[in-house]
Amino acid sequence: MRADLARWQFAFTSVNHFLFVPVTIGLAVLTALLQTAWHRNGKPEYLRLTRFFGVLLVINVAIGVVTGLVQEFEFGMNWSAYSRLVGNIFGAPLAMEGLAAFFLESTFLGLWLFGWNKLSRRVHLATIWLVALGSVLSAAFIMAANSWMQHPVGYVTDPKTHLPVLNDIWALFTNPVFVWSYAKVVLASLVTGAAVMLAVSAWQLRRGGDRDVFGKSARLALVVLVPAILFAMLVGDELGVIEGRYQPMKIAAAEAQWTTCQPCSFSLIQIGGGNNDHTPTQILAIPHLLSLLATNHWNGKVIGMSPLQAQYAAKYGAGNYVPDVFIQYWGMRVMAYLAVIVVLVGLWGLWLSRRKKLATSRKFLWLATWMVILPFLINTAGWLLTESGRQPWIVQGIMLTKNGISPSVSTTYLVISLTAFVLLYGILGTVDLLLMLRYSRKELAPVPAEAAAGEPVPAMDY
Amino acid sequence: MAFVPLWFILIAVLWTGFFVLEGFDMGVGMLHGAIGRDDAGRRTVMHTIGPLWDGNEVWLVVAAAAMFAAFPGWYATLFSGAYLLVVLLLCALILRGVSFEYRDKRPSRRWRQNWSRLLVVASLLAPLVIGIILGDLLHGLPIGANHEYAGSFWNLLQPYSILVGVALVSLCVLHGATFIALKTTGAIRVRAGRLARRVAPVTALLVLAFVGWTHVTAGGGAFLNPVELLAALAILAAWALVRSHEGWAFVATTVTIAVCIITIFVDLYPRVMVSSTNPAYSLTVRNSASAPYSLKVMSVIALVLLPIVLAYQAWTYYVFRRRIGGQPPRPAPAPLSRPAVSATAALAASRPAQPAAGPHRLWQLWRPRRGGGSSRR
Repeated sequence: MRADLARWQFAFTSVNHFLFVPVTIGLAVLTALLQTAWHRNGKPEYLRLTRFFGVLLVINVAIGVVTGLVQEFEFGMNWSAYSRLVGNIFGAPLAMEGLAAFFLESTFLGLWLFGWNKLSRRVHLATIWLVALGSVLSAAFIMAANSWMQHPVGYVTDPKTHLPVLNDIWALFTNPVFVWSYAKVVLASLVTGAAVMLAVSAWQLRRGGDRDVFGKSARLALVVLVPAILFAMLVGDELGVIEGRYQPMKIAAAEAQWTTCQPCSFSLIQIGGGNNDHTPTQILAIPHLLSLLATNHWNGKVIGMSPLQAQYAAKYGAGNYVPDVFIQYWGMRVMAYLAVIVVLVGLWGLWLSRRKKLATSRKFLWLATWMVILPFLINTAGWLLTESGRQPWIVQGIMLTKNGISPSVSTTYLVISLTAFVLLYGILGTVDLLLMLRYSRKELAPVPAEAAAGEPVPAMDY
Repeated sequence: MAFVPLWFILIAVLWTGFFVLEGFDMGVGMLHGAIGRDDAGRRTVMHTIGPLWDGNEVWLVVAAAAMFAAFPGWYATLFSGAYLLVVLLLCALILRGVSFEYRDKRPSRRWRQNWSRLLVVASLLAPLVIGIILGDLLHGLPIGANHEYAGSFWNLLQPYSILVGVALVSLCVLHGATFIALKTTGAIRVRAGRLARRVAPVTALLVLAFVGWTHVTAGGGAFLNPVELLAALAILAAWALVRSHEGWAFVATTVTIAVCIITIFVDLYPRVMVSSTNPAYSLTVRNSASAPYSLKVMSVIALVLLPIVLAYQAWTYYVFRRRIGGQPPRPAPAPLSRPAVSATAALAASRPAQPAAGPHRLWQLWRPRRGGGSSRR
C-alpha cells in the first residue's frame, strides 16, 4: 500500500515535471536559434520572434524548476531506503547536475531576460545559448542517474556491507543505456519545443498573424521537427535493442511476448492481453519485424516473459518479475504510432513550405495547431514504458521497488503529500496552460525600437 | 580521509550561500507589499531581485543534492523524518516561484493581489520551515539505532527550533529591507530604510536569543565560541549601522545571516543529526557519509565548478548593480515604461526595464570614483 502510494506520487510528479522540461529544452534551443538569426541578418522579425517565444519559454521554466525541486526532495522523503543504499552512486550525478547545469541555466536566464539593454549584443546572445546549454546538460546528468537504475554500471559490491559502491564515475556516462536514452530525450525535447513553436505559429497564421514573421518561425520549427523526430525514432529503435540486452523483460513485455520466439513477428494491434491473458487476439502482425526491432537481426530471438520469469525466480528468489504488460504493450504503440503521425504532418509541412504555401494552407495550419498534443502524449507514453518496464525493480537486479520506500513514513503522510501535490499541480498546471494560451494568442509586439521612440534612453543599444 | 570533513564544510557553505542570497529574496517577497504600497511600487521592489532570485534558489537545490550524494544517510533520515515540514516547504517554494512569474501576467487587480498575498505567505513560510528543520538537527530528534526517524510531526516543533525559524524569518526581513534600500531610489528607498530601522531591534533580540540558546543546546560551557560571538557582534553592528549607513548595514546583515547558519553547522560537527533518544544513535559525518571514491570524484568536480559558478553569479550582480527607479518620472506614463517586474514581463514589455539611477553605494565602497553608467551604454 505504502509502496503503491509512493509510486503513484513519483509517477504523478515526474510525468508532470516532464510535460514542462522538454518544452523548456526545446524552446531554449529554438529561441537561441531565432536570436542567432537576428544577430546575423539583423532582420527585426527575428528579434520580435525571439521575444515572443522567449515569453513562452519563461512561463514554462518557472513551473519546470519548481516541479523539479519536488523530484529532488522526493527521493529522501518517500524513498529513504533507496537513497541510503545508492546515494553514493545515484546522488553524484544529481549533485553535478546542480553545480554544472542548474546554476548555469538559472543565472543566465536572469541575465538574458533582464540584460537586453545592459549587455552587448554578442554577450547577450551568448547568455541564451548558455541557458540552452544548461538545460541540455541538466538532462544529461539526470539521464545518467536514471540509466544507472535501468542498467547499473561502474560499481562494486562491498564485501563487508554488501552495499553497491561507486568505483568508476565514467562508466555512468559511457553506459550504453545512458548514451542512447540521453540522445532520445534531447531529440524528444527538440520535437516538443518545435511542435509548440509550430502550433503557435500556425494558430497565429490562421488568425491573420503576420505571414512574414510567423511563416519564418513555422518554417524553423518544421526544419527542426522533422529531422529530430526521424532521428528520435532511429535512436529509439537502437535503445530498444540495448534495453532488450540488459532488461529483456521490459522489451518482452512491450511486445506482450510470453513465449520465446525466433523469428518474431510484430503485433500491430491486439485485443485483450495484460498480465493474466497470455493469448490475446492478434488483429494484425508483421512477420520478422519484432526480431528486427529487438535484435537488429532478421531472424533474431526474443525470449518470452514466462522463461524470463523462471530464470529470474531462480536467480533472485521467488517473486513476480513481470511488469504491467498492458502499460508496456500500449506505451510502446502509442509512442510509435503517434510519432508516425508527427512525421507525416511534418513532411507535409516541409513540402508545403517548399511550394511556398505553408502560410496559406488552412488544413495544414489547423492540423499543425492540434498536433501540439502529440509530443506530450509520446513523452508520457515513453516514460511509462521505460519506468514501468523496470518494475518490480527500483534498481535493476539490485533493489526491489517495494524495499526502497521510507520505513518511517506512514500511509497518512503519503496520502497528505500526494493530495497536496495533486491539488497544487492541478491548479498550477491549469494556470500555466491558460497563460501559455493567452500569450500564444497575443499579438506580436512591435519592433522594440519603435515602441521606445520618445523615451529618454534608447531601449536597446545596437 | 579528508574528504568527509571537506563535504561537511561544502554543505555548510551551500546552505550559507543559500541563506545569504535567497535570504534577501525572501525578505523582498515578504516586504514587497508593505514597502511597495501601490502596484508600480510593488513591481519596482520585486524588480530588485527579478534577474537574481532564480539563480539564488539553485543554492538550495545544490545543497540538497550535495547532502544526497555526500551523506546519503543524512539526506534519507532528514527528508523522510521531517516529512510534513518538507511537504510544506515544497508547497511554499512552488507557490513562491510561480507567484514571481505569474503575478504580472494579467492586468486584473484581484489576480495581482492574490499572487502578492501568496508571495508574502510563501516567502515567510520557506525560511521559517527551513529554520525549524535546521534547529531540529542540532536540538535532536527521536532517531533510533537504525538511524530512522521514530517521532511524530509534533516532535519536529520544539521551542528551540521554532525560535531558529522565527529568528531566520526576522533576519530575512531585515536583510531584505536593507537590500531594497540599497537597490532603489526615492520613496521606496526611504520606506525600506525606515522599515529596516524598525525591525532591527526585534531582529537583534531574536538573534541574540538564538545565539544564547544555541550555545546552551550545543552544551557549550561558560563562553561563546568565536562563531557564536561573531553572530552576536554582527547583529549588533547591523542594528547600529541601519540608522546611518545603507551599504554597511547590508554588509552587516549579510555577515549576520551567514554566521548564524555557520554557527549551527559548527556546533553540530561532527554530528549531522542529533538523536534525542540516545546520543550514540546520532548521525555523524562518519556513519552517514558516502564511499571515499564518490566523495573524491565530487570534490574534484565541486572545487572546479564552484569558483566558476561564483564568478558568473558575481558578474550577474555586477551587471544589475544599479539602483532601480521608484516612481516613473512623468505623470500617467505608458504601462510599458514602468519597470517590468517578473522575468516574463521584462520580455513581454516591448521596452525592457530601465534603471533610473547610478550604481548603489555598496558598489561604490570598492569602486568609489566610478561615475554612473555602465560601460555598454
